[in-house]
Amino acid sequence: MSVNSTSILQRIDWLTILFYFLLVFMGWVNIYSASLNEEATSYFDLSQPYGKQFLFIGMGIVLIVLLLSIETKFYERFSSIIYLISLASLLGLFVFGKTINGATSWYGLGSITLQPSEFAKAATALALAKYLSDMQINMQELKHQVSAFLIIAIPALLIIPQPDPGSALVYGSFFFVLHREGLSGIYLTLGFIAIALFILTLLFGPTYVSIGLLLIVVSFFSWKKRKKKRLSALPYLGTLAVMTAFSFSVNFVFNNVFEQRHRDRFNIVLGKSVDTKGIGYNTNQSQIAIGSGRFSGKGWLEGTQTKGGFVPEQHTDYIFSTVGEEFGFIGAGGVVIVFVLLILRILKLADRQKTQFSRVFGYSVASIIFFHFTINVGMVIGILPTIGIPLPFFSYGGSSLWGFTILLFIFIRLDANRLNEWR
Amino acid sequence: MRKFLLHFTVILIGLTFLGRLSYLQLFEDSFEELSTSNAVKAVYDYPERGYIYDRNGALLVANQPAYDVMVTPREVRPLDTLEFCSLLNIAKEDFIKRYKKARHYSPWRPSVFVAQLSKEEYASLQEKMHKYEGFFIQKRSLRSYKTRSAANVLGYISEVNDFEVGKNPYYQSGELIGRQGVEKSYEEVLRGVKGVKRLQKDRFNRIIGPYKNGIYDTLPEQGKDIHITIDAKLQEYGQMLMNNKRGGIVAIEPASGELLALVSAPSYDPAMLVGRKRSKNFTKLYHDTINIPLFDRGLKAQYPPGSPFKTLNALVALEEGVITPEETITCHHGHYYARGQWMGCHCPSGTRNNMNKGVHQSCNTYFSNVYRRIIDKYQSPKVGIQHWNKHIESFGLGNFLGNDLPTGSRGNVPDSSYYKRMYPRGGWQAVTTISNAIGQGEVLASPIQLANMTAAIANRGFYYTPHIIKNIKEMPIDEKFTTRRRTTISPENFAPVIEGMHNVVEKGTAKIARINGIEVCGKTGTAENFTIIDSLRTQLTDHSIFVAFAPKDDPKIAIAVFIENGYWGSRWAAPIASLMIERYLTGEISRDHLEERMLLGSLEEEYKKPYSGQPFEINQ
Repeated sequence: MSVNSTSILQRIDWLTILFYFLLVFMGWVNIYSASLNEEATSYFDLSQPYGKQFLFIGMGIVLIVLLLSIETKFYERFSSIIYLISLASLLGLFVFGKTINGATSWYGLGSITLQPSEFAKAATALALAKYLSDMQINMQELKHQVSAFLIIAIPALLIIPQPDPGSALVYGSFFFVLHREGLSGIYLTLGFIAIALFILTLLFGPTYVSIGLLLIVVSFFSWKKRKKKRLSALPYLGTLAVMTAFSFSVNFVFNNVFEQRHRDRFNIVLGKSVDTKGIGYNTNQSQIAIGSGRFSGKGWLEGTQTKGGFVPEQHTDYIFSTVGEEFGFIGAGGVVIVFVLLILRILKLADRQKTQFSRVFGYSVASIIFFHFTINVGMVIGILPTIGIPLPFFSYGGSSLWGFTILLFIFIRLDANRLNEWR
Repeated sequence: MRKFLLHFTVILIGLTFLGRLSYLQLFEDSFEELSTSNAVKAVYDYPERGYIYDRNGALLVANQPAYDVMVTPREVRPLDTLEFCSLLNIAKEDFIKRYKKARHYSPWRPSVFVAQLSKEEYASLQEKMHKYEGFFIQKRSLRSYKTRSAANVLGYISEVNDFEVGKNPYYQSGELIGRQGVEKSYEEVLRGVKGVKRLQKDRFNRIIGPYKNGIYDTLPEQGKDIHITIDAKLQEYGQMLMNNKRGGIVAIEPASGELLALVSAPSYDPAMLVGRKRSKNFTKLYHDTINIPLFDRGLKAQYPPGSPFKTLNALVALEEGVITPEETITCHHGHYYARGQWMGCHCPSGTRNNMNKGVHQSCNTYFSNVYRRIIDKYQSPKVGIQHWNKHIESFGLGNFLGNDLPTGSRGNVPDSSYYKRMYPRGGWQAVTTISNAIGQGEVLASPIQLANMTAAIANRGFYYTPHIIKNIKEMPIDEKFTTRRRTTISPENFAPVIEGMHNVVEKGTAKIARINGIEVCGKTGTAENFTIIDSLRTQLTDHSIFVAFAPKDDPKIAIAVFIENGYWGSRWAAPIASLMIERYLTGEISRDHLEERMLLGSLEEEYKKPYSGQPFEINQ
């Protein structure tokens, strides 16, 4: 009996699907609570977010059946075309886009709105996987590095001016993928140093950071000098100069290029300013909601903060605060664990892929979900600045749910076919 | 490394989040409180406060509705301002000012727009209220007084202060609590229990429904009506008699310990402490340090009891067996109680007084000797005074009576440890404390204690703790008010003293208190008293004191009257006591001229003396 003839249902990874449905179901339960009001008639009232989300989930299941029934080759062959269509849809927003909450990120089709940036992630992942799986591509070469970088950067650059910097930031997650596929660790190291310098500069100002850098570099140099007598000081001075310049430019950009609202968000997270009414209101209220849930929570539909609507955008970006309030530490901790398990499971599946295309795509899926999860939950529990991106599978919204469903189930489809691939 | 960087980062972030969640949800407690305070609102349903009736069922204190016009600025829609202003009797500028103030307070929350409308204003406004969106009328309940007297007994209600809110979790800021009198001592009975509805609020502080479907809600429990033992007519009459005088009248029904009247003068109209003028009037009363109208003299003032105290010394002497009723002691217009120490008396020189005469002539010499015999009966004055103290205190003197009024004073009956403090090196004798014999010196008593003492004498040896509560709807009164408390004096020893007290009125110092057809027993008192003027101890005109009970063989009323600086006992206190007794027992007054003199008489001139800044004469 050929492997090929076994049903797809026996070859797909049911554990991942279990995690998926667990998150989607818990998401709906919490959206119901967060958006419930006294006009509610039934669980499936289509005029209410929870009713719509129910519809989105149903259509998502149709989408899943569709995705699983498509041949694996299709995704690989058409990845470039899908990518181009996706770029076109992002470009089209500049002409046909519908503006909601100040961001022109949607296409309006009657009462339904679609957000192309949610789908562009999957398209970019496909394109990147296709490019990297080419035999001739070597991530050690600068030329290929630049090409890969462009594949990632183009959609991001199209999303920034919508403006939706949060969604654009997610494309940074592809660096994990590039690193896995051989990109020199120096980029990640540099990125890490840059972030560290950025935060330290905001906290202590460029002058102190420069003094600190000077001390570190001088002591490092003299330590090296002991071993090797003839050591040129030039590279060390250069590094010091670059880092100092970076620190000062961060300070300049932060104070002169960023808008006040961006500065406020960073200052609140860094503890430099306390604000419970203005921009800090969201974070403060969401922490009150989560903190008041205690160990076991107030119970479903019993959350006073949720009912009172104290947390803004609670059924979308701040949905995690409902979990924390109504299901307590058990519920919120449980959701965190399910996310971590899901991501680790995807990584495990990705590593067992026989084709580079599947592996790269799997890594992309894991990285994107991880990025969303980190930024969203980090924001809701008050350890990251306010960046409005949804919690995968959880937050209210059709585009977001379908975007992640497509991302995950293309990978599940690819994984189901791994034994047929001989390359 | 390359392979596991992302795995490692994912686990690290997961652990960081779990750590942060455990901090927020398990270790930091402040969020729970913050959540309750911003999402749940408690709305209270206040029950109507109980009514207060007198012993005969006359209504003394009821409630009256008051209406506040409230505004929620956010809900206000354009309105006919001119009509609205004319309905409320305010100017348009005033309207704008009030509206701005309310808006400034909060656009979402209702605040008082016009406070305490009259019934007429309310009636005309109510019909048109529907036209003014955002405005509504809130009903409040205020006390309504049906009597102008007894302010000290009834007390008043006002908003709780921060201290009380902290002490008693029942009260919330802005709620009312009883102060003074029965409003205070029967606060919990009159108040009832407020009901609470917990409501879920949204972020704009709007109510969006019951919290947890009302499982924590409670219904209000109605305040109970009470009857007090005061005879409103007698109380009012006492108040009138005390016009332009200072002091107190306490009348007790000996057979039950019920307080028939509790007059303190100067007093005030209880209606002063209700409504819009409340706080202004209260400040005025509170700062009146000359008349101190908020001070209940009947309960709190401590005076030397003077001669009425002699009756107790006579009883103690009989009980201790140091004298018989028949034995006489000769008075020489006074006597030397120690070498060179003279105590005057108004008996003519050579008067031989037995107990009966000693009482009705109030002979200082007689009681000094009797007192010395009591103290000297024992091996030392220390032991002697302990025995004496035990007898005196059994009449309810020297300590709080345990009555159901919120204030009182201990008074003072000295004992051996008291004199030990006074004379740390010892050496005090019966004669050192001789003032105790005639109710001067260290002995102090409040009018209610004297009235209670008189009731105990009238009862021939027992009393009931004086109390103000007659009955509470559906609730028994405290058992201690229906329990007899016996004095240490045997019943048979009372007869000679009571005979003496009867003769006080028949032929002794208080013939003015005699009432045709009623056998009154009494005892006058004239007490020296001092004050401090410009840091000098200055003697003031003596207090006028009278205690009495009647009828002699079936006592219905025992009374103590204290008139500050009233010269001597029979000048003010005795006639007032007599009028009170007559009024209570017969319901009318047969001695119009006496009544008129008492009603119109004034001691204001006397009270001005110490404040005049001029030297003044006393007892003139």
